[in-house]
Amino acid sequence: MATPVESIPLPELTTDDLSRYSRHLILPEVGMEGQRKLKAARVLCVGTGGLGSPLAFYLAAAGVGTLGLVDFDVVDASNLQRQIIHSTKDIGRKKLDSAEEKLKALNPALNVVKHETMLTSANALEILGDYDIVADGTDNFPTRYLVNDACVLLGKPNVYGSIFRFEGQASVFATADGPCYRCLYPEPPPPGLVPSCAEGGVLGILPGLVGIMQATEVIKLILGKGNSLAGRLLLVDALEMKFRELKLRRNPDCPVCGTNPTLTELIDYQQFCGIVPETKEEKRLKNGIPQMTVKELKQRIDAGEDVQLIDVREPYEYQIAQIGGKLIPQNDVPQRLHEIDREREVVVHCRSGARSQKIAEFLKQAGYPNVANVAGGILAWADEIDPSVQKY
Amino acid sequence: MTIYIPTPLRSYVGGKNAVEIEAGTIAAALAQLTEANPELRQHLFTGEGKVRAFVNLYLNDEDVRYLPAKEDTSVRATDTLSIIPSIAGGTAR
Repeated sequence: MATPVESIPLPELTTDDLSRYSRHLILPEVGMEGQRKLKAARVLCVGTGGLGSPLAFYLAAAGVGTLGLVDFDVVDASNLQRQIIHSTKDIGRKKLDSAEEKLKALNPALNVVKHETMLTSANALEILGDYDIVADGTDNFPTRYLVNDACVLLGKPNVYGSIFRFEGQASVFATADGPCYRCLYPEPPPPGLVPSCAEGGVLGILPGLVGIMQATEVIKLILGKGNSLAGRLLLVDALEMKFRELKLRRNPDCPVCGTNPTLTELIDYQQFCGIVPETKEEKRLKNGIPQMTVKELKQRIDAGEDVQLIDVREPYEYQIAQIGGKLIPQNDVPQRLHEIDREREVVVHCRSGARSQKIAEFLKQAGYPNVANVAGGILAWADEIDPSVQKY
Repeated sequence: MTIYIPTPLRSYVGGKNAVEIEAGTIAAALAQLTEANPELRQHLFTGEGKVRAFVNLYLNDEDVRYLPAKEDTSVRATDTLSIIPSIAGGTAR
C-alpha cells in the first residue's frame, strides 16, 4: 500500500522518541521506519468535537508530527459528555486553544497548527493542501461534501467517520483507486429530513469508538500497512454492539471522481445542500406559519392574552426545562387533536423551533385556522427571556 | 428476509431495528415494508417512486445499485437488506 508520506526525507528519531515510542518500535509493522513516517506525517482534523477529540488525542500519542485542527467553536458544557479533549475548566474557551493545551501536554514535541475558521470553498484547498491526510469529524452535510470534493481534487485521502444516536459509519474515501463520499451518497438529504446530533442526541461513547477507528485508519495509511477501509463502509451499532461491513464501489459516473468528472472546482455547498439564507419575510412567515419571537410570546403572556401554548417535545426534555406549555409530544399530536382547541390561537414550541414548525404546519393542514411557531424555541427563551431556564 | 432499519427511520416502524418480511424480490419486500409502515415511504422513495439519492440499499454486503437486476433481484429468506441513509453527526454542538 502506498503511503502519502513516502516521498519526503524522513526525520531522525531523538533519544526521547526512542523511549516514548518503544512499544511501536518493537512492532515489525511500525519499527524505526514507520515511526519516522509518523513523525513526518501531517494530518488535518476537521473539527475538534466528538470525533476529533479521540482522533487528535491518539494521533498525538502515536507520534504524528504535525496535527492541523480546524474549529471556530467554543467549549460548551453540553460538549463534555463526549468531547473528551476538553475539560470543565475550558467551558467558554476556544476549542482550538483547549485542544492544543491537552495535545501538547500529552506530547510536547507535537506541532499543532490551529485553523480558527469555518472550512469554506474559498479556503479549503489552501488549508487541506498543506496536509498528507484529512480526517473528517464535522457535523453537517455541506462541510462533508466540501471536505470530500477538496480531498478528491487535491488527491488526499479522506478518513471519514459519522455518528447518530447509537450508530456510526467509518470509511476511507478519495484514495487513488477507491470511491469517494459522493460515490456512496451522490446527494445530501433535504434540510430538516435527517436530524442532527443536537436534535437527535448521541451516545457520548459512540464518537469515541468511531473517532478511534478513524485514528487507526490514519495511522495505517501513514505506515502503508494492513487493509484500509477504502472501498468498505464499516457500520457500528453500539446498542446491539454489532459491526457490519458493506462493499463500496467507485461510481464511474461520480461527478467528482468518476471517469468524466463534471465537478472540477469547489462549489457553493450550502446551496448544494439546499440551505438558503433566510429572508426577512421568511423570518416572519415560514411555509405559511407566522414565526413568533420569544419576546412577543412573553409580552402576550404578560398582557394576560389567551395563548394556547403547546410543547411538542418529549417527556424527558420537559423534565429538563419547560416554559409553561401543555406537553403533547410531536408523535402524539395526531391522536390528541381533541386536546387542542380549534377556536383559540395555537402557539407551538419545542427546543429550537424546528420540530414545532413541522407540527404547526401539520395543525394548519388539519384545519386549525390560527397557528404560530415560537422561533428559536426554549433555547431562545433561555437566551433572551429567562436565563434560569435550563438549556440542553 | 431481514430488513435492517437504521436509527433515524426506526420511529416509522414502531421503534424496531429489524423487520422480517417474506417476499420474492427486493422491490416486493420494500413495497410490503412501506405498505405496513406508510410513513416510511416518503423517507425511502421520491414522489416518482425512485429510491432517494441519500438512501443506500444493500443486499447482504452488496450495493443494490450494482446488482445486475437492481431492485428486481430475487431474494431468499436468509438474505438481509440494509437501509443506509446518510448521517452527518460528528462534532455536534
